[in-house]
Amino acid sequence: MSQAVAYKTEDDSTNMEVLVFTLATEEYAVDILKVQEIRGYSGVTRIANVPDFVKGVTNLRGEIVPIVDLRLKFDLGNATYDEHTVVIVLNIGERIMGVVVDGVSDVLSLTPDQIKAAPDFGSGLSTEYLQGLGSIDERMLILVDIEKMMTSREMALVEQATA
Amino acid sequence: MDISDLYQTFFDEADELLDDMERLLINLDIAAPDDEDLNAIFRAAHSIKGGAGTFGFAYLQDTTHLLENLLDRARHHELTLDRDMVDVFLQTRDLLKAQVACYREQDTPDEAAYERICATLRQLAAQDAAPQVQGSAAEPAQPLAEGTRVLEITICSVAAGEHDVLVEELGLFGDIVARESSADRLTVHLRSDESEANIESVLCFVVDADQLSIVAVTDQGAGTALEPTPVPAGEAASASAPEPAATRPASAGDAASGNEPAAARSDKRTAATETSSLRVSTEKVDRIINLVGELVITQSMLEQTTAGLDPELAARLAEGMSQLQRNARDLQEAVMSVRMTPMDYVFSRFPRLVRDLSSKLGKQVELETLGASTELDKGLIERIMDPLTHLVRNSLDHGIETPEAREAAGKPRTGTLTLAARHQGGNILIEIRDDGAGLNRERLLAKARQNGLPVSDAMSDDEVWQLIFAPGFSTAAAVTDVSGRGVGMDVVKRNIQQLGGHVDLACEPGAGTTVRIVLPLTLAIMDSMSVRVGAEVFIMPLGAIMESMQVKSEQVKPVAGGGRVIHVRGEYLALVELHRVFDVPNAETDLARGIVMVVQSEGRPFALFVDELIGQHQVVVKNLETHYRKVPGVSAATILGDGSVALILDVLALSRLSRQRQKTETRVDTPSVNLEQEIVS
Repeated sequence: MSQAVAYKTEDDSTNMEVLVFTLATEEYAVDILKVQEIRGYSGVTRIANVPDFVKGVTNLRGEIVPIVDLRLKFDLGNATYDEHTVVIVLNIGERIMGVVVDGVSDVLSLTPDQIKAAPDFGSGLSTEYLQGLGSIDERMLILVDIEKMMTSREMALVEQATA
Repeated sequence: MDISDLYQTFFDEADELLDDMERLLINLDIAAPDDEDLNAIFRAAHSIKGGAGTFGFAYLQDTTHLLENLLDRARHHELTLDRDMVDVFLQTRDLLKAQVACYREQDTPDEAAYERICATLRQLAAQDAAPQVQGSAAEPAQPLAEGTRVLEITICSVAAGEHDVLVEELGLFGDIVARESSADRLTVHLRSDESEANIESVLCFVVDADQLSIVAVTDQGAGTALEPTPVPAGEAASASAPEPAATRPASAGDAASGNEPAAARSDKRTAATETSSLRVSTEKVDRIINLVGELVITQSMLEQTTAGLDPELAARLAEGMSQLQRNARDLQEAVMSVRMTPMDYVFSRFPRLVRDLSSKLGKQVELETLGASTELDKGLIERIMDPLTHLVRNSLDHGIETPEAREAAGKPRTGTLTLAARHQGGNILIEIRDDGAGLNRERLLAKARQNGLPVSDAMSDDEVWQLIFAPGFSTAAAVTDVSGRGVGMDVVKRNIQQLGGHVDLACEPGAGTTVRIVLPLTLAIMDSMSVRVGAEVFIMPLGAIMESMQVKSEQVKPVAGGGRVIHVRGEYLALVELHRVFDVPNAETDLARGIVMVVQSEGRPFALFVDELIGQHQVVVKNLETHYRKVPGVSAATILGDGSVALILDVLALSRLSRQRQKTETRVDTPSVNLEQEIVS
């Protein structure tokens, strides 16, 4: 079910390696160093009284890990769950969390000049959580600052320090 | 027998004797000391002295000798004990402990501390031998001999002619180290332990406050403290009767600082010499615990698989499985017990703290500990220490009143501080109770307004008490060095929340305050009942379940506000439907077809409605907050035999959650109609 992500060795250290995934027709990318593994969607226990994009928690080799469906979060694609549903397991700080996406396509290396500043979309994904737009040939990758996003207040995945 | 074995025996004995001595001293009734106790204290000092002499531990011998002389006179009633004296004895005992640790390490004990204590002890002996000297004379002379501060006192706009008089006046407070006069300005360096305020108040007879400035220039440490320079008794006596209270903190501090390095050394020593026990890092233990947890899960997975096999064919397999189950369980228990430590480990630190602090604050406090044998995870024990210390200090400082105030309020002069620990379901409950004045509602509200917190006079008492946990909140009228700086209860609360627990405070003005800390066993195996609601499985702490039953529709009664109660043997219990609280789809809604559990954690029992009970088993508690966050109504999670995650219910939070939901629901629908339908269904 789960497969290891092959880590491509790159000669140029200023390049950024990203894992590319799709949500509906859009291509997104996250820093590969934040990705721990990719696995299937199974055995998720629902949690009540949380936002709908938080699917619940699952057992990842003894760790209780939350699973978030980015398709629901960004209101994109079809939030169906079957044996092809893919979960990207992220390792952010000390925390492990999974995100559900439509599919994982590539591991790419982006040079600094391939990363452009992101315009304000005005919907769905706030530019606050964007590292920029990557352009490779004709493809446009939306680079998500996954750490910032997953630990943000609006995702409510992490206990916010309350006064 | 090797001589080092003899050393070892002596050190162990001395440690034990010193611990006994501390206990006896603390419990000593100063007004009417028990002869037997005094004898026991004397014997302890005497035995140590004897041993120290035999082995040639000179410092230890000399110190105990001085102490022994005093104790000998005390037991023959030639010496009247007072609290200060017992304080000195306790400091001496601390020093002795440090000295023993040093000798054990083959180190030389701290000479400065030794000199200090010896000087103090000699002073006590001399003071009592010459009772005609004013009682207060010896007392201030002792701290003067120790590391005293040098104060720079500057007085402006005084005529040069008055300088000599002022210097003379200042000389009464201590030693004049340096002096510098100019036309209208006098600067004096004074070595004195007198507080600035005291000097100021005396000088105010001569000069105005704005002419005067007093600054502590140096904190003269052990260096100058080495040679005792006792002030002639007459001179100190004529000084404006300095309060002993001002001098004691300094000497207590000295004793502590002399102690610290020795304590560190003794740790090293323990590791080196203890052969019957093993020091293992907690990470290693935790790793084993985690692995054993996984093993138990695997075992129960196997068990479920084999349960489906033909029992005749798999007889031997089944036998092996049951053996594996037993072994796995024993292993798990054994591993868990490695981490368990009795609360006594924490509680035993408090008698001394309470004693020192109460005498410093001029209060009479009796400490009572309950449930010291309650076992708690080692990691928790260590992390609960600071919050508890803080709460105890708070109770002593703000809670319990002075003997006079207590008497005026018609309470016994001696206040009681109770520390209690007990297991409650899957939690540990620690209570810090005092019978002091309690909190002041008006002051809390006023302070909250001042801090810009949203408060109103309509708030319930309980809500007002919780304000104390807001950051930067302190209602102490005066900042003392014990507490009152406002960095208090919010830190306590945060620390406890970090441990996954919660803290609350109950208070009865005039009668006392109770702070309760509830800590979940974050790292623990819990006996539990798994229940099914719809297609979901939840885990219920077994300790919280009082009984379970099927109810008949006539037992269910509606109450105002959209709730329902269940009538069980004359009691009315609030009904909480788990499927409503957690929005579980396809759950049983007919009370008669599901099952009702009567549950209780804290507070009132209530009825929890679920579809069915699955079974009773032990689960490994996994923290949800490690990778996620706290979930309302859920205390933790666990992994079931099939590898899926099940949530462990937080019983206390459930009833709260259910009430909240009822409130929001009734606001949306028309309650009466809603109720009717529910009863019919």
